[in-house]
Amino acid sequence: MKRILVGIKRVVDFNVRIRVRPDGSGVVTDGVKMSVNPFDEIALEEALRIKERGGAEEVIVATVGPADTQQQLRSALAMGADRALHVQADGVIEPLVAARALLKLIEREQPFLVILGKQAIDDDNGQTGQVLAALWNRPQATYASRLEIVGDTTARVTREVDAGLETLEIDLPAVITTDLRLNEPRYVKLPDIMKAKKKPLETSSLAALGVEPRQQLKLVRFEPPPQRQKGIRVKDAAELVEQLKKKGIL
Amino acid sequence: MNPKILIVAEHDGTRLNVSTARCVSCARALAGAEITIAVCATDPGAVAAQAAQLEGVARVLAVANPANAHALAAVLAPQIVALAGPFTHVLGPSTTYGKDLMARVAGLLGAPQVSDIMGLESPVRFRRPIYAGNAILTVEAEAGAKVVGTVRMASFEAVGAGGPAPIEKVAVSVEIPAHTRFISVSAAKSDRPDLQTAARVVSGGRALGSAEGFKILYSLADKLGAAVGASRAAVDAGYAPNEMQVGQTGKIIAPELYLAVGISGAIQHLTGIKDARTIVAINKDGEAPIFEVADFGLIGDLFQVIPELEKLVSS
Ligand SMILES: Cc1cc2nc3c(=O)[nH]c(=O)nc-3n(C[C@H](O)[C@H](O)[C@H](O)COP(=O)(O)OP(=O)(O)OC[C@H]3O[C@@H](n4cnc5c(N)ncnc54)[C@H](O)[C@@H]3O)c2cc1C
Ligand SMILES: Nc1ncnc2c1ncn2[C@@H]1O[C@H](COP(=O)(O)O)[C@@H](O)[C@H]1O
Repeated sequence: MKRILVGIKRVVDFNVRIRVRPDGSGVVTDGVKMSVNPFDEIALEEALRIKERGGAEEVIVATVGPADTQQQLRSALAMGADRALHVQADGVIEPLVAARALLKLIEREQPFLVILGKQAIDDDNGQTGQVLAALWNRPQATYASRLEIVGDTTARVTREVDAGLETLEIDLPAVITTDLRLNEPRYVKLPDIMKAKKKPLETSSLAALGVEPRQQLKLVRFEPPPQRQKGIRVKDAAELVEQLKKKGIL
Repeated sequence: MNPKILIVAEHDGTRLNVSTARCVSCARALAGAEITIAVCATDPGAVAAQAAQLEGVARVLAVANPANAHALAAVLAPQIVALAGPFTHVLGPSTTYGKDLMARVAGLLGAPQVSDIMGLESPVRFRRPIYAGNAILTVEAEAGAKVVGTVRMASFEAVGAGGPAPIEKVAVSVEIPAHTRFISVSAAKSDRPDLQTAARVVSGGRALGSAEGFKILYSLADKLGAAVGASRAAVDAGYAPNEMQVGQTGKIIAPELYLAVGISGAIQHLTGIKDARTIVAINKDGEAPIFEVADFGLIGDLFQVIPELEKLVSS
């Protein structure tokens, strides 16, 4: 069966104003809205579109995380994924651990394409896709803004890079990571949420997969960023230029 | 043990990118650091010579391979890994090149990666932004562990000239994969300063309304000698190309002067300009969040203000 595997991470919703706990032990997450990482929604949307065009038969979503992450898997099923895999894991899950767990799932499911987000908007690591591609010894095409499957064995990917747009040709299977402009994810309709409750969601654990939950970077301290001083209002362009000149900027 | 740091050079085959000099600056924050730069290219000579001129660099490793004609992470990563053995840290820039490559290196090494290093407190303690810069996290690696890192460009000034350091040609015998092939790159050529290093940046948002509308910003930028940036909304709408996006998922910049024109100031945008020396906001909505971070705020219609401003700075 031609499968696509999509990695999903549960993160604090992008609209939430982040506050650091006063004791510096983390950010406030109690009662805060959690969502599927926006880049992962884009990854899922792309997988669904490929399937809808006849390029794949099954779209699987997978997450490594605590029990709560099943909510995000359900959202992904509601969006249209066929099946969900939950790898139960608590505490900090570093990219290397997430990638090792995803690799175990890949070995079992044999997808021809794996799509992840380019970064998780909580840790802003931007590593997991590349680490996974390295462990799997397969191609990576990060920051994709266009993806075209060519025949059964290759893909053409346009990447958003600092210089502009780069196009790569890669052999499949491969890992793609998504950038914002790859697509616009669809909205979930209410009946789909009901239907999603009946779709298969399988749970395993890091231990069952034989992946060690190793944390190599200790989180020592969280701090709020330095705040900028609120500035002054100017009434028009002339006053702005005058002020900038006074400050020696113009 | 003194830190031994390998920096992976970014270049286009002939010229060293300034991002490498910023990585050197980051590495030099560690007392007693011994800094080596690796240049992987088809013909690394010219780039290696430039790297050897950077202040504080002890040595340059030049790796020649025809497969290095384009910077492909899958091709470069095994070469970097082959060099990495004796080093305590392997650093690259937090540019799309470095972010793509270094995490693949980390994966092959099974080493932890610290992304977007903004400060070092010790050889194993690093500070980095998370949540779009809304929190600063200090992380600590296990003593003696090899650490891979990407260096946040806006946090470090480029080092100046020093050296020259000795250049060693090294041959690495690793299997180079053929599964990833470069096809093309489309980069708009412009005479304007580079967005990532410009001292002045004029950025436009959704309010510009069209690619045509953006022209008033280019015109002002040229008078100021500024680079032009854009918000995600402006890029998504096709008013500006993707390489102009500033923010959490675009470029993180630290110009002397940042002019935000018709940009609301979403957190994802602000994270890209936190280190700007002076921020000017021009927006017709006095409640726009951009005014909370602006040093100078002007409430007004940009289509009226920008031409006026251009006239004033030209005279
Ligand atoms: C995962 C994720 C990542 C993101 N990454 C980025 C990123 O890297 N960079 C980024 O910029 N955004 C990013 N965003 C998007 C961000 O949340 C905002 O949607 C975006 O920055 C808004 O762009 P804008 O300010 O141009 O548009 P708007 O928010 O629509 O603001 C337009 C502003 O123009 C003003 N205006 C309108 N007409 C005029 C006029 N005639 N004169 C003067 N002012 C006028 C309005 O008052 C308004 O404030 C990201 C979002 C997500 C979810
Ligand atoms: N715990 C996880 N479970 C599943 N996918 C993940 C996990 N962590 C990261 N990913 C995927 O990897 C991408 C990049 O994450 P990061 O490297 O943490 O920035 C995310 O957008 C997800 O697609």
